[in-house]
Amino acid sequence: MTTPVLALKNLKAGYGQTEILHDLSLHVMPNEIVAIIGPNGAGKSTAMKSVLGLLNIREGAVELNGEAITDTPAQKVIERGISYVPQTNNVFVNLSVQENLEMGAWTRPKGVEQRLDEMFDLFPDLSEKRAQAAGALSGGQRQMVAMAKALMVDAKILLLDEPTAGLSPKYRSEIFSTIQKIKNTGVPILIVEQNAKQALGVSDRGYVLVDGANRHEGTGAGLAADPEIARMFLGGGH
Amino acid sequence: MWDAFGFEFVNFYFIPGLVLGCIYALGAIGITLTFGILRFANFAHGEIMMSGAYLTWTVMAIAGAAGLTLHPLVAMVPAAALVIILFLGTDRFFYKPFRKADTIKVVMASFGMMLIIRSAVQAIWGPNQITFVPGIARPNATLQSITGDMGMMILMPNKHIWIFAGTLVLVVALGYLLGRTRIGKAMRAVSDSPDLAHVTGINVDMVIRATWIVGGICATAAGVFLVMDTQMLETTMGFRMLLPMFAAAILGGIGKPYGAVFGGLVIGLAEELSAYPWIGDAPLLSPGYKTGVAFAIMVIMLIVRPQGLFKGRSF
Repeated sequence: MTTPVLALKNLKAGYGQTEILHDLSLHVMPNEIVAIIGPNGAGKSTAMKSVLGLLNIREGAVELNGEAITDTPAQKVIERGISYVPQTNNVFVNLSVQENLEMGAWTRPKGVEQRLDEMFDLFPDLSEKRAQAAGALSGGQRQMVAMAKALMVDAKILLLDEPTAGLSPKYRSEIFSTIQKIKNTGVPILIVEQNAKQALGVSDRGYVLVDGANRHEGTGAGLAADPEIARMFLGGGH
Repeated sequence: MWDAFGFEFVNFYFIPGLVLGCIYALGAIGITLTFGILRFANFAHGEIMMSGAYLTWTVMAIAGAAGLTLHPLVAMVPAAALVIILFLGTDRFFYKPFRKADTIKVVMASFGMMLIIRSAVQAIWGPNQITFVPGIARPNATLQSITGDMGMMILMPNKHIWIFAGTLVLVVALGYLLGRTRIGKAMRAVSDSPDLAHVTGINVDMVIRATWIVGGICATAAGVFLVMDTQMLETTMGFRMLLPMFAAAILGGIGKPYGAVFGGLVIGLAEELSAYPWIGDAPLLSPGYKTGVAFAIMVIMLIVRPQGLFKGRSF
């Protein structure tokens, strides 16, 4: 059996004394897009932050390609190839688009020029805005910058925390198609999403998180078709 | 027109205002960088200036005893290196344990550091003023004759030319550092969002060290320029500079180094020009109230536009 790129095993974690994840297990295989969906406060973003060593893990393990990285500080996790795009505040607003990308490459400073070119190929809209301050861009373009910035390292996996939150439908579709393009470059993706239907549409597999634990899991299409999940998150029978 | 008031205005108010502005500007750079990147108002920043100046003149005295006459700008280099070592040590053993603490605790700690440094300097060099080269510095003769031929005689002693040139070099170098180098861009990134810098994998500790180094160099230069201008060393000189430097940093926008430079020049000019006889023959404001001008500008800015002229952070 292939080793998962990223695996969270029976994770119990939280901030300080508060436990948010009670028993979470999930994994991402090579070349997969995996979605975590669930109601507000289910611990979706917390699951992602636990990978980056941003909160206290009480029990369980986080593994990258089979090696334990539980409680490793963020900088080391990123050096090992996990790239993370936070939900908000995910670009340096006072830095230009290109400078944002250069900062993304901090842990892998070699070959920045070449990767910049690759990113501007993948995100053609950004190419002409490379000298503009990221803070001057629209929400959708910022999200593109944030994703390009995260891909500047030779990422083994990309973690996206609600990449379409607050975006117009046009940009939402664009982000999802970009996510597929990224997958086609060989980078597996773990994505936390509110827009469950669209997220499951692009995902190979999905997890439904409720109260800090897995409730359901299955293929993207299978979960999207499940009547119970439809009722919970996909807007009922409309 | 030049004879009527231009000569007096330029030579006795405008140029001294710019000189003072350069000194404030260099000091404010460090304050604004520390505020932006380490997120606290460093009350000990004036003492960095002061100790840098004392070390510079000590280097000159040691070199002088060995029969070597050093210009302050040369002696400043080893002095700045010493200041940097001292402050990196301070950061490691004094500020670092406070890194995750509330801002107010770090601010108080920096206040303590201010007292420690000043007392240490007083213990080593004595509490009294050290004055040297009494008398009036003669204006640069070349500049005087060239501008005199053009009908606008400018009287500027060499020390002021050095101060302008030194400030210009440092500000250009800072611009290059922040705009073109990896570490400089990372400094701006951390100033922009420390959390994002952290999850981007930027080595924040390295950025903090760079901040102390840049702030230390600019502060030492500011201290040395101040001593070159006033011809005396005083253990309270750093503290006296603190208010105008903070005013400059706030005026320019916290976290904005160019704002700090602009703010420094404005505050320096405002202080000097406030004593110009704008109305009638008497100074508009008695020179004794100069510091009040900086304070007034700071208070007005905090009320009207707390983010500063260049949209810095507001707290």
